[in-house]
Amino acid sequence: MVELSRHPASPVAGFARLFAGSPGQVAKRLAKSAPMSVAVYLIIVYLIVQAALTGAEAMGYNWQWYRIPDYLYRLTDDGFQLGEITVGLGQTVALSTQAFGIAILVGLIVALLRLSVLVVGTAVAVAYLEFVRNMPLLVLLYLFYYVLGPIFGLDRYTASVLCLGVFHSALISEIFRAGINAVSVGQWEAAKSIGMSAPQIYRYIILPQSIKFMLPPMTGEAVHMVKSSAIVSVIAVAELTTIGRNIISDTYMSFEIWFTIAAVYMVVTLILSVFVTFVEKRYAVAT
Amino acid sequence: MQLLELTAGTGMSEPTPIIEIKNLDKFFGNFQALNNVSLTVNSGERVVICGPSGSGKSTLIRCINRLEEHSAGSLVVDGIELTDETKNIRAVRMEVGMVFQQFNLFPHLTVLENLTVGPIRVRRLSKPEAIERARKFLDRVHIPEQADKYPAQLSGGQQQRVAIARSLCMEPRIMLFDEPTSALDPEMINEVLDVMVELAESGMTMICVTHEMGFARKVADMMVFMENGQIVETAPPDTFFANPSSERCRTFLDQILEH
Repeated sequence: MVELSRHPASPVAGFARLFAGSPGQVAKRLAKSAPMSVAVYLIIVYLIVQAALTGAEAMGYNWQWYRIPDYLYRLTDDGFQLGEITVGLGQTVALSTQAFGIAILVGLIVALLRLSVLVVGTAVAVAYLEFVRNMPLLVLLYLFYYVLGPIFGLDRYTASVLCLGVFHSALISEIFRAGINAVSVGQWEAAKSIGMSAPQIYRYIILPQSIKFMLPPMTGEAVHMVKSSAIVSVIAVAELTTIGRNIISDTYMSFEIWFTIAAVYMVVTLILSVFVTFVEKRYAVAT
Repeated sequence: MQLLELTAGTGMSEPTPIIEIKNLDKFFGNFQALNNVSLTVNSGERVVICGPSGSGKSTLIRCINRLEEHSAGSLVVDGIELTDETKNIRAVRMEVGMVFQQFNLFPHLTVLENLTVGPIRVRRLSKPEAIERARKFLDRVHIPEQADKYPAQLSGGQQQRVAIARSLCMEPRIMLFDEPTSALDPEMINEVLDVMVELAESGMTMICVTHEMGFARKVADMMVFMENGQIVETAPPDTFFANPSSERCRTFLDQILEH
């Protein structure tokens, strides 16, 4: 079983190994394998799409799929041009990346404060966590845009990045905390016994070992971040969801556009998951 | 005769105290782990601490490099008093190496990196210097060929020897051993003890918590017996094994020497 989790020598050998053993084992393995997950996923998507199509037909919806590619890219006499949806995707990616950067930074600081021996540090961290975690994301966004925005002169994009960063920093700090706590006390003691300072111990001993505990939940957070970035459409930041709404208000193609937008989100998050699975494997082998 | 033996172990020169423990108390909540413990260790001296489990042996040596904070009393190591002062604590830790029961090697670093991380980050050695030093001490613990492996690829005995080398790379003046062979398979105990004997012969000041009485007889200048957080008996090994003064110590020795 352990062998199976590694890369097979060749696709054929890997495929053959997938079907080795008793039917029970094969079924179990199939259920776990990536192709099977994708297949199940596609079937479910197909059923939903099918149901939607049938429903749409019943209400006499006028499908205009042929117009969609124009919103992704255009080939005109001027050459290749990005469509509105692609530009919006770029905004979503930029927004999520920047917010994730902030979330990681703030999350790490909050986690370290929470774990510190300073009473004030712990109190500040807990207060911050409780405040952020018990606030609906939408309310937090309004707070950033309508309250902090005018006070500090934040534009809608900056307010969105900060809001998403802060919201996710609370969740990420818990991931950091769990990852740091998962490293055994003996590691701290050994590092202390050779005279390392607390920052050095974190930097060279604890955090490198925490990464493998933190990667899986971090992936979840990254995916979550991309998805929750859609909420900034309520303050009209020109990202994917906002673009979708704008196109629909011009063209009334709500079915086609929302399907497309959903598919684009899915592609982004799937790419993210695959990438992190790859990184995880690298880390698992290295240590 | 006894007096002669006592001074023989500490070397030719005048004995100079390197660790001075006075009236040390340590509480874990309501539980008193150390009760008015006083002990002086001279430079170059080898002390073996034994006693039943829960008697405070480990707590005592963990106080010496401040892995535990003592509750009362005073503790001076190499002329530095251990207080809340972070600077002092780090200064002491640079002079005091520690070997743990569970090895506690850094699993994400290779053997060589385990040995160089301290010298590079704490002693501020250049990388080539640190590597040279690491190879020297790997030679001394007889595993130069394992330098590029990860700890998980080594046997328990090899891991413990790497742990000893890791401490030695900091060039400490004192080495603490906290039951270094208790987690080892029997056939690996000797390879670790051999390294410790060699270290003792080199004149290192050592404090070992161990139940390896053969080792104690061979290298100890002073035996310490602890029970219920107190030092019950302190004696040179000859007296200690032949004629312990306390009844409790005699029973303990009978129990562990029985087999």
